[in-house]
Amino acid sequence: MTKEEFGFQDEELLASVIADLIGDVRHVAVGNASPIPATAALLARERGRLEGLSRPHVSLLQSRKHNFWTDGARELFDCAGQGRIDVFFLSGGQIDGHGNVNLVSIGDYDQPKARFPGSFGSSYLYYVVPKVILFRTEHSRRTLVPKVDFISAPGVSPPNVHRTGGPVALVTNRCLFSFDAARGRFALASVHPGHSIEEVVEHTGFEFDRPADVPPTPAPSPETLRLMREVVAPQLAEVYPQFTARVFPLGRPRESGDP
Amino acid sequence: MPRLAPTLDEALACITDGCMLVVPREVSGVPMEATRALIRRGIKRLHLVALPTSSLQADLLIGAGCIGTLETSAVNMGEFGPAPRFTAAILSNTISMKDATCPALHAALQASEKGVPFMPLRGLIGSDVLAHRPDWHVIGNPFGDDDPIVLLPAIRPDIALFHAPMADRSGNVWIGAQGELLTMAHAAAKTVVTVEKIVDDDLLADPVLRAGTLPGFYVDSIAVTPRGGWPLSLPDHYPADDAHLAEYVRFAATPEGFATYLERYVHERRAA
Repeated sequence: MTKEEFGFQDEELLASVIADLIGDVRHVAVGNASPIPATAALLARERGRLEGLSRPHVSLLQSRKHNFWTDGARELFDCAGQGRIDVFFLSGGQIDGHGNVNLVSIGDYDQPKARFPGSFGSSYLYYVVPKVILFRTEHSRRTLVPKVDFISAPGVSPPNVHRTGGPVALVTNRCLFSFDAARGRFALASVHPGHSIEEVVEHTGFEFDRPADVPPTPAPSPETLRLMREVVAPQLAEVYPQFTARVFPLGRPRESGDP
Repeated sequence: MPRLAPTLDEALACITDGCMLVVPREVSGVPMEATRALIRRGIKRLHLVALPTSSLQADLLIGAGCIGTLETSAVNMGEFGPAPRFTAAILSNTISMKDATCPALHAALQASEKGVPFMPLRGLIGSDVLAHRPDWHVIGNPFGDDDPIVLLPAIRPDIALFHAPMADRSGNVWIGAQGELLTMAHAAAKTVVTVEKIVDDDLLADPVLRAGTLPGFYVDSIAVTPRGGWPLSLPDHYPADDAHLAEYVRFAATPEGFATYLERYVHERRAA
C-alpha cells in the first residue's frame, strides 16, 4: 500500500484502527518501542479534548512531557496493579493463536537461534490491564505462529489465577483480529484496504475464526488524518523523532533549514 | 558524609570485579562517563541489574567483556533497533542472563529498601519468565482462598550507580522526579553518583528541592562529570545524541567495529 493510492500510510491506518479500539476510557499507557500505539493514544486524547472531555489521560513511558509520574518508573506498574490503567499495548517477536506473546527468543531458551530485547513489563501488565491491544506490523507465518517458543506472557490463565486483564485485539499490517478470552482464540474482524482474506489466511500461522461477513477496515477520515499529522505528530516527535520524521514529514515542527 | 572524589576513578574505586551493580533505565540518568571509566579500568564479571531496562550502557559493558551476569527486563537501542553486543552475547552464551519483567525488578529492590526478604507480585504465573527463574516462588496467598501469587527475593546490590543534575557540599543529590533512583540507593549497600555540578546551597533546606533529593546519608562518593550522561539524555538537561547512537549501532554490528568504537570513544578520552 502506498500513500499515493490511498491517501494515507500504513502507520496512519493502524494508528486510526487502534485509536478506535481504545474507545472512551480514563487512562491509556504506552510502553517502549511503540510509536504506532503512541500515535493512537495521543489521537484518542485529542478526540477527547475536541469533545470537551478530560480523558483519556495518556502516559508515554519514556516521555518527559506526556506522563504525570512523580514516583519514578514503578508508578506505571503500581497504577496498573490497582486497575488504574485501562489500555496498554504489546507486540512480540512471535504471537500465537492463544494470545501468548514472545518477546524473548526463538528456539530453545538456553541455546536460542534469535534473541529479542526481552519481556519488558509484559509478564505483569498483560494480566492486570483490562484492554491490551496487540500490534505487529509484520504479519507473516514467521511472526504469527501456532505456538510461541517462549511465553513472555500468556493470553489466558486458569480460573484461579488473578487476572483482571488480557488481550482484546491484534492489529497487523494486513488486518484486525478480535480476541475471545473465553475461548482463547482470535477471530478475523476486518481486512485493511488493499489486502484480502485469502492473503490473511496465507500469511497467518495460527488458526482463527472467520465470520461469514468480514468487512474492510474503515480508512482514516480526513479529520483523523489532520489530527494525526498536525496535532499529534509534533507531540510524538519528543519520544519518537525518527518515526515522526519518516511517517509525518510535514507534521513535525519546522526547523530552520527546512525547505 | 559522602566524599566528593577528586577524580572519577577514585569515586568508582569501590566498584570492584564481580560486584552486583544496579543502574537506571536509559532515560533516568545513566552514568555513561562512569561506565566508560569502568571499561577503561577493565572491570570484570559484573552482575549488572538494569532497573528495569537498558540500552547503550549494558550493550557497551557486555561488548567490552565486563559482564558476568545481566539481570534486566530488556535491552535494546530504542528507535535504533536491537542492541548488537547484547544479542551476540546471548546467542553465543557468553553471559549469564536472568530475564525479568520490569515491575519484578522494582519490587525486588523495594523489598531491600524495606529490609524484608521478599515481595509478592501479580502476573507472571504461566509465563516462561517465571519458569526460568528458580529463585522465584509461587505460594498460596495466606490471606486468600486458592489464590496463587509469586514471591520475589529481595535484590540487595553492592553498589547503586547513577548520574544526576547536581549535588550540594553535604553530598545531597538532586534527582528530580526519577524516583527509582531513590529506591536504588535505599536498596544498595553503597551508592556512587556522578553529577553535572556541585552547588553551594543546601538542597535539603529548600522544601521544593528537598522533595526530589536523595539525602547524602545514602551516598558514599560523588564525582563531578559534566555531560556525564552523554550520549544518553539527562532528564530536563540534555537530550540523547541520536546521531552518535546511530553511529554506535553501525560500529557495534561486528566485533571489529565495536573494537574500533571502544578505541575511538572509550579508551581515547574525549576532550572535556
